[in-house]
Amino acid sequence: MKERKLLAEFSYELKPVQKGYNRRTLYINLTDRQIKAKPVTEMMIDKFVGGKGFDLYLMWQGVKDDTRWNDPENELCISFGPLCGNTSYPGSGKSIVTTISPLTGIPVDCNVGGHFGPYAKFSGWDAIEIQGKSDEEVIVYIDGDKGLVQILSAPDEEINSHILAERLITEFADSPDKHQFVSVVSSGKGAEHVPISCLNFSFWDKRRQVARLKQAGRGGTGMVFRNKQIKALVVKYSGLKGDTNHPVDLETLQKTGLKLHREIEAGDATQCHMREVGTAHLMEIMNDYDLLPIRNFKYGQMDEAVGLASWEFKKLFTQGMPDGCWYGCSLSCCKAVDNFVPRSGPYKGQKVCVDGPEYETAAGCGSNLCIWDPRDVVELNFYCDTYGIDTISFGTSVAFAMECFEYGILNLERTGGIDLSWGNADGAFELIHQMAAGKGFGLIVGKGVRQMKEIFAREYGADPKLLQDIGMEAKGLEYSQYMSKESLAQQGGYTLALKGPQHDEAWLIFMDMVNNHIPTFEDKAEALHYFPMFRTWFGLQGLCKLPWNDIEPANNAETDEPAKVPEHVQNYVDIYTAITGKPLDKHELIRQSERVYNFQKVFCMRMGRGRRVDDLPPYRAVGPVTEEEYLSRQERYDNLLKTKQGIDPEGKSTVEKMKLLREYREGQYQQLVDAVYRRKGWTPEGVPTPEHLQKIGMDLPEVLEVVKRHL
Amino acid sequence: MRKILKPYPELCLACKACESACSNLYFKEDSALKSRIRITETASQPLMNVCNQCQACVKVCPTLALTVNSQGVVMVDKNLCINCYMCIAACPTGSMFRHQGGLVPFKCIACGACTKACPADAIRIEQEKEV
Repeated sequence: MKERKLLAEFSYELKPVQKGYNRRTLYINLTDRQIKAKPVTEMMIDKFVGGKGFDLYLMWQGVKDDTRWNDPENELCISFGPLCGNTSYPGSGKSIVTTISPLTGIPVDCNVGGHFGPYAKFSGWDAIEIQGKSDEEVIVYIDGDKGLVQILSAPDEEINSHILAERLITEFADSPDKHQFVSVVSSGKGAEHVPISCLNFSFWDKRRQVARLKQAGRGGTGMVFRNKQIKALVVKYSGLKGDTNHPVDLETLQKTGLKLHREIEAGDATQCHMREVGTAHLMEIMNDYDLLPIRNFKYGQMDEAVGLASWEFKKLFTQGMPDGCWYGCSLSCCKAVDNFVPRSGPYKGQKVCVDGPEYETAAGCGSNLCIWDPRDVVELNFYCDTYGIDTISFGTSVAFAMECFEYGILNLERTGGIDLSWGNADGAFELIHQMAAGKGFGLIVGKGVRQMKEIFAREYGADPKLLQDIGMEAKGLEYSQYMSKESLAQQGGYTLALKGPQHDEAWLIFMDMVNNHIPTFEDKAEALHYFPMFRTWFGLQGLCKLPWNDIEPANNAETDEPAKVPEHVQNYVDIYTAITGKPLDKHELIRQSERVYNFQKVFCMRMGRGRRVDDLPPYRAVGPVTEEEYLSRQERYDNLLKTKQGIDPEGKSTVEKMKLLREYREGQYQQLVDAVYRRKGWTPEGVPTPEHLQKIGMDLPEVLEVVKRHL
Repeated sequence: MRKILKPYPELCLACKACESACSNLYFKEDSALKSRIRITETASQPLMNVCNQCQACVKVCPTLALTVNSQGVVMVDKNLCINCYMCIAACPTGSMFRHQGGLVPFKCIACGACTKACPADAIRIEQEKEV
């Protein structure tokens, strides 16, 4: 590698974190190479808390109403939250990434593991705000041991993450035994060409001696990163201890963490098996409940899915490793396939370490494409990660293309000879390699479902209505991998999610469909208020959602509200107060989220979206689009016509019954939206009312000014 | 083979001289809460809780701060330890300890200091075959 040039440098005073905060953020402008510190005000802490709240607040100041993803003023913000980096409580090492998304045009937020976030925080920063666009390839280096930020030239030939991350760790570590003190954010060749891209956050795995990679997956963060000509962000910090956050009450923090460690130790082997197979444990459960996406979300169950059951992945995952993406996470869900040998692409025949597959990847790149060999899923996982491509959007986009291929909308001529028949892993491999190479039909698929719909209608004369029905995107973002068809609440959980249809706001299928715990619109609306707010809180604090309910106390089922896991909610209240010294209860916890959630909603409106029409799902997410879909669940659907609509299905054709069911379900969805907007304090058009914003304490003048434009 | 501190509860008088010897040696104070061996009186013979060097903790340590020395004894490297306490939860005998105000977990390293304090020969340094 050629020598790096120092393009800009900024020295800062190293100060210990106090009660979870540094009270300053790092601003970097790549256009003029300005680097500076910005103060964190009391107002920011009170109203925005940290994490996603800080990201969005900083971005709001930085962008204009008409800023597009590739405008220089678009920002890439990474923040950590006051609880981030504690080593006591499992799941405390998350970074939250936000930017104006190339897929949706609104802010996207991703919650990602790896060591970058905690190390950047302990280097002295509550958030990193990157604006501008460099005129040459750069690396941004934060030396948290010396108090130095540098912009360095990046003549590195390698872009792909599994190689680049490892090289940079080797380069920036003080010595080979100190690799664990360096973490890298990078993307890959794919992110230079397609918006369905992601960022990789590394952590050095001391046992395996490799750089592991965790993904800020959704919404195209990788493309923004590469568009700014950033090859990598690198941080070095060597001083980590259990009290580096300087909590006010270390004892409570340690005891609460230890309590959860013991719970995991005792319960994981009989509950979710996260330590053995990670989130892939969901594969057989989703298939059993008819919820596993198959053939572009057409079906929810197939006998062949047993090929992708977690016990098949367990054979590939190295067992008995402390696979936490941050120190102190005894849930250890980030499994790895060691010594995997790809059979395609530029790394064919080389031994690599692959992170995952997690459930979303196994379903998106497996069952949804009818690819039933777990090794093919691992290969897609590997290439998605190293090329900087989001496995979820990749899976949903390829599934859409495969369905279009089935219907003759696509053919070999239009795909450039790629056979996109269901289950053809080689076709999926070819697409991903084309995305990285920047050529061929892979570039079309890599544009994501929304753009494919427009292109296929325009270029190939496909029926736009059919494309709308089967194209699994909303707001421009591809759906993640659960079937919401039979759960009205989950239809809302997906489609009302602010950034687009991702399950991290609400996962209500079992509560709604399986257990029937939220039967009325009001019940569903309450759930679609509470859970998105509760889950937003993880992103404010720098926490992971999984230790909340992927392990439960032994007596959880006997509590008043088992779906909320009350003991764990109290744990969060306790560790928040233990670190920050600020009082909190479970109600104020929700209120903290509500402020930031409504701010994000208004941010979307400011960018010209966030309207009721943006909260509409494709019909595939709501009910059967095709006759064979109806027939596959005929008994269920016929029964619904009888019991819910009072219509006798006897003597009616499938087409007639589909029409009646569709009218009913689309009506139900609209009623749900009415109920949810009401519960959230929004108008029927989805605009937060000034009264509600005042009540929750998010009545900043700039927020009210945007709201007034829409009332 | 591994070197262990082997307890003989049938001989133990529960005088807790071992706890005093241990905490005085490593923490310079006489405190059962800072001892690496713990004696609990019961209606029958006392419970003696001390590390048997089984290495379960070594497997879960994310920073490789726990290592096994040439004598088969599990050692804590306080420079590498980041105080997550996953080792405490993973210990099948509850013999990895912490104390209020402290960061680094601690355990018996079979130094034998307590054996000299025991009036009943209820704890002995022995060599045990690996299981």
